[in-house]
Amino acid sequence: MVRKGLLTFKTMPSIATTGVTAGPLEKQSPFSDQFDKIYDDERCDTKTNEHAHAKMMEDACMIALSKVDANPSDADYLLIGDLVNQMTPSNFSATTLAIPYIGMFSACATSISTTIMAALLTEMGMSKYAVAGASSQHNAVERQFRYPIEYGAQKPETAQWTVTAAGVAVVTPQKKGTPSITCATIGTAVDLGMTDPLNMGAAMAPAAADTLYRHLKGHQTKESDYDCIMTGDLGKSGFEIYKKLAGNKGIQITENFRDAGAEFYGDDPLFLAGASGAGCSASVYFSEVIGKMMKGEYQRVLLIATGALLSPLSFQQKDTIPCIAHAVELTMK
Amino acid sequence: MDEKKYAKLEQGMSPKTPLVRNMVFAFLTGGTICLIGQFISLFYMSFFDFTERTASNPTVATMIFIAMLLTGFGLYKKIGQFGGAGSAVPITGFSNAVVSAAIEHKSEGYVLGVGGNMFKLAGSVILFGVFSAFAVALIKTILVKLGVVSW
Amino acid sequence: MISIFITAFIVGGLICVIGQLLFDVAKLTPAHTLCILVVAGSILDGFGLYEPLIDFAGAGATVPITSFGNSLTHGAMAEAEKHGLIGVLTGMFEVTSSGISAAILFGFIASVFFKPKGKI
Repeated sequence: MVRKGLLTFKTMPSIATTGVTAGPLEKQSPFSDQFDKIYDDERCDTKTNEHAHAKMMEDACMIALSKVDANPSDADYLLIGDLVNQMTPSNFSATTLAIPYIGMFSACATSISTTIMAALLTEMGMSKYAVAGASSQHNAVERQFRYPIEYGAQKPETAQWTVTAAGVAVVTPQKKGTPSITCATIGTAVDLGMTDPLNMGAAMAPAAADTLYRHLKGHQTKESDYDCIMTGDLGKSGFEIYKKLAGNKGIQITENFRDAGAEFYGDDPLFLAGASGAGCSASVYFSEVIGKMMKGEYQRVLLIATGALLSPLSFQQKDTIPCIAHAVELTMK
Repeated sequence: MDEKKYAKLEQGMSPKTPLVRNMVFAFLTGGTICLIGQFISLFYMSFFDFTERTASNPTVATMIFIAMLLTGFGLYKKIGQFGGAGSAVPITGFSNAVVSAAIEHKSEGYVLGVGGNMFKLAGSVILFGVFSAFAVALIKTILVKLGVVSW
Repeated sequence: MISIFITAFIVGGLICVIGQLLFDVAKLTPAHTLCILVVAGSILDGFGLYEPLIDFAGAGATVPITSFGNSLTHGAMAEAEKHGLIGVLTGMFEVTSSGISAAILFGFIASVFFKPKGKI
């Protein structure tokens, strides 16, 4: 059956392993003990922020592949993305890894859009090891989207801190004892006229609520079927709006609703509304969530990554911020 | 849901800007920076051959130097988050804009990076300062020539 | 003597409060706010009001960015008084060269010694 944006994976491809790397500031994240590697230097001992960005992604891929005793030469596809212009960090790491590569951009929703594509390739029987993921590096992203790092602009309480982290998943054909991908929903771009780049949570919340609603309705599931419904990086203020919007659509809001961005830096008020960036959802989904599934704490989860599809140029030309949210459902059966 | 309805909902739910707190902190931060400027200017008047008027030049240069150090050591952005306009409006904020852009773009080299981007934030202040000075001085000169006002 | 320190603090602080209002109430970016203040300083000098403020508040009036607009205009007008219209163009940086030259010089020096740090 063909349905708009709704995908069902009959072969149930697995997330066999994951790899997560993060910067030094991310040590204080409550999830940090689940990260595979934390660098002591924010530039990962390379010369530029952009090189560090690429290195984090490379290392995450190598770590993930090594856990299934595979080399980059064994991998069939590399589907990764980031937020820097023309995605050079992902491109450079693809050069080093030499895996057949397509760069994918869905802003901070890239972690899920790449996972969906990897699952599709696997479902079609065309891939044994597909590496999917996303990364962001605070300095490299911030300088592009906002101000120079050392510029003393006052940020409002709704502002989020771009994380320095990379997270990848190795998607393989169904494998026992690992979380498998059962279905997914491709989001539609939603724009409700928000213009403030320091309040991305409010811009992304409608997209997240829309995708959640479409997923539940389209796949005929209920919110109570999931042990966890985790959004990507709505942040503390955006998360509240999203829950309100979902509630308005008749969805029951429970304790199982979580947001990676709101939780990433704990309750530290210095980080204002929490974390954002392509690496935020990727690193939390592929450490915390997958970890909890492997331990049996979660049986069935819904991951909704959200992305704000703006550029500094579109902001300066006074355009509004279109947003996207993609969802993927994982189960431990 | 249409845009207007959502804007209303969003404004009702997003945390409000703490206007009074921000204004008080801006006042204290800005006032303190100007007070420091006054001390520096007193220093130049007492120990060097400067008058009350001419002391403002070395004072401004000194404040720019101090702001450079604070920016370089990563402290100015903390003052900025606390003080808001209190740290952006004084000349130290101008210095912070120039210095932060300069060190940010070092990785693209001194010519294309530092040279090309140093004024990407502060440049508009110079542009509009110069243009308005031109316009104001021009109007005043014409008015004086017409005998409407005098210097 | 003491009074100038008090007026410097208050006047400087108040100019910053105007900036904060432009940030928070008018929702302007820092760049827009600073441009407006510079233009305001320049216009005030056109009416001959900024110099009395400096006499009253000292650094409270010379340290905020409004003083940059004031000194540009002041230089232009002083030169125009001497040489006529051409002075409007040539006099502009007569008074205020030190701010820009210091910013350029120290900005360059900083870029040699410092790197941006993504710490909070």
